[in-house]
Amino acid sequence: MIASRDKAPEREDIEALLPWHAAGTLSRRDADRVEQALAQDAELARRFELVREEMAETIHLNETLGAPSARVAQRLFAAIDAEEDKTTRRPLKFDLGGWLAGLVEHFSPRALAWSGVAAAVAILLQAGLLAGVFLGERGHSYQTASYGEPTASAPGAYALVRFNPNASVGDITKFFDQHKASLVEGPRAGGIYRIQVSKTNLSRDELAKLVAQLAEDKNVVAFIAPTP
Amino acid sequence: MTYVTDNEPDWLLARPIHEPTVGGMQATSDEALISRIATGDRLAMQVLYARHHVRVYRFVLRLVGGNAAVAEDLISDVFLDVWRQAGKFEARSAASTWLLAIARFKALSAMRRKPEEELDEETAGAIEDPADDPEVTAQKKDKGEILRKCLTALSPEHREIIDLVYYHEKSVEEVAGIVGIPEATVKTRMFYARKKLSELLKAAGVDRGWP
Repeated sequence: MIASRDKAPEREDIEALLPWHAAGTLSRRDADRVEQALAQDAELARRFELVREEMAETIHLNETLGAPSARVAQRLFAAIDAEEDKTTRRPLKFDLGGWLAGLVEHFSPRALAWSGVAAAVAILLQAGLLAGVFLGERGHSYQTASYGEPTASAPGAYALVRFNPNASVGDITKFFDQHKASLVEGPRAGGIYRIQVSKTNLSRDELAKLVAQLAEDKNVVAFIAPTP
Repeated sequence: MTYVTDNEPDWLLARPIHEPTVGGMQATSDEALISRIATGDRLAMQVLYARHHVRVYRFVLRLVGGNAAVAEDLISDVFLDVWRQAGKFEARSAASTWLLAIARFKALSAMRRKPEEELDEETAGAIEDPADDPEVTAQKKDKGEILRKCLTALSPEHREIIDLVYYHEKSVEEVAGIVGIPEATVKTRMFYARKKLSELLKAAGVDRGWP
């Protein structure tokens, strides 16, 4: 009797955890406790089924709520564009070429001759830095869980693209609309995005032709290549 | 129920919530996107928006009683805040938890501007009166449909916690962080939300034998 009274608070604790057990968001330790209790307590197992029923209908209900209209994204990115115009926030980039050009303007011919040597050194240095950045980014590349590599059976044709840094969100959105393309994954290392360029499978020649067409949009596309 | 928050609190931006083991890969990717957003990468913002806007919209839509126009305005505000505050995100919580916390704050602020009685009337109007003829209702509709009707009839406070746990898959700790209540209260509130749901079901002719 005493033992059963002692078990009552423990059972209440376990019962309170059932919703999170159904959702799979308990720690391993708590999940094990719940599993053990469920195996030994038929009434608790019956109540767990009620929880699962509630969860299924909650998901069903939420999934039927629809999605916001495209106007929300248009309004949001218009607001972001407007903020960008007002603020001085910029990507953390250093324009070595621009810096050198500005410097050269103020030099005498003799100084310029010497600066030729300095420029050569600078170019080598920049090459070294770029290689370092490239290798560093490769080392820190990541893969999204929700946008994993498609399976071989996934229909459609795809390309890897790096957008022109001067392209606005409006330009990119227009690019997607015009070419009926959509963003699949990214950014990967080096600012590369994977995009779907056709909803149906294309032959290698067809895809190459389509990619060549897309590459002509140089205001938006800095680099593009077919990908499986 | 009272939602009183005069100023946007700091905890909204950097709350010490720890990501559970589930979804770790997703959190890492979101974290990288938010770092890029902090440097002004608008494309990273597009990706983050594409990934999360539907769930955030549905969460907000349920909080504001189904008013789609209000919900759309609010999610636009939520993501604009993300754009502005990305540099303050400390990645101690999952990005989705951070988004839902901002969304909740925005939704409750909007609700404060609207009389609660009006919301309750809307909620009540959204379902049929189960007391009219429970047996007939139970016969006509399947149990799932009745359950969904009763979920809609819960108070905003109870709807919120059920959605966070069942649909948004938030742990006890994360719910506590989003709602701003102790973890023990999260469990108690969830229990009472489920109890109320059972009462509504019983009134609609579905006796589950619990509680």
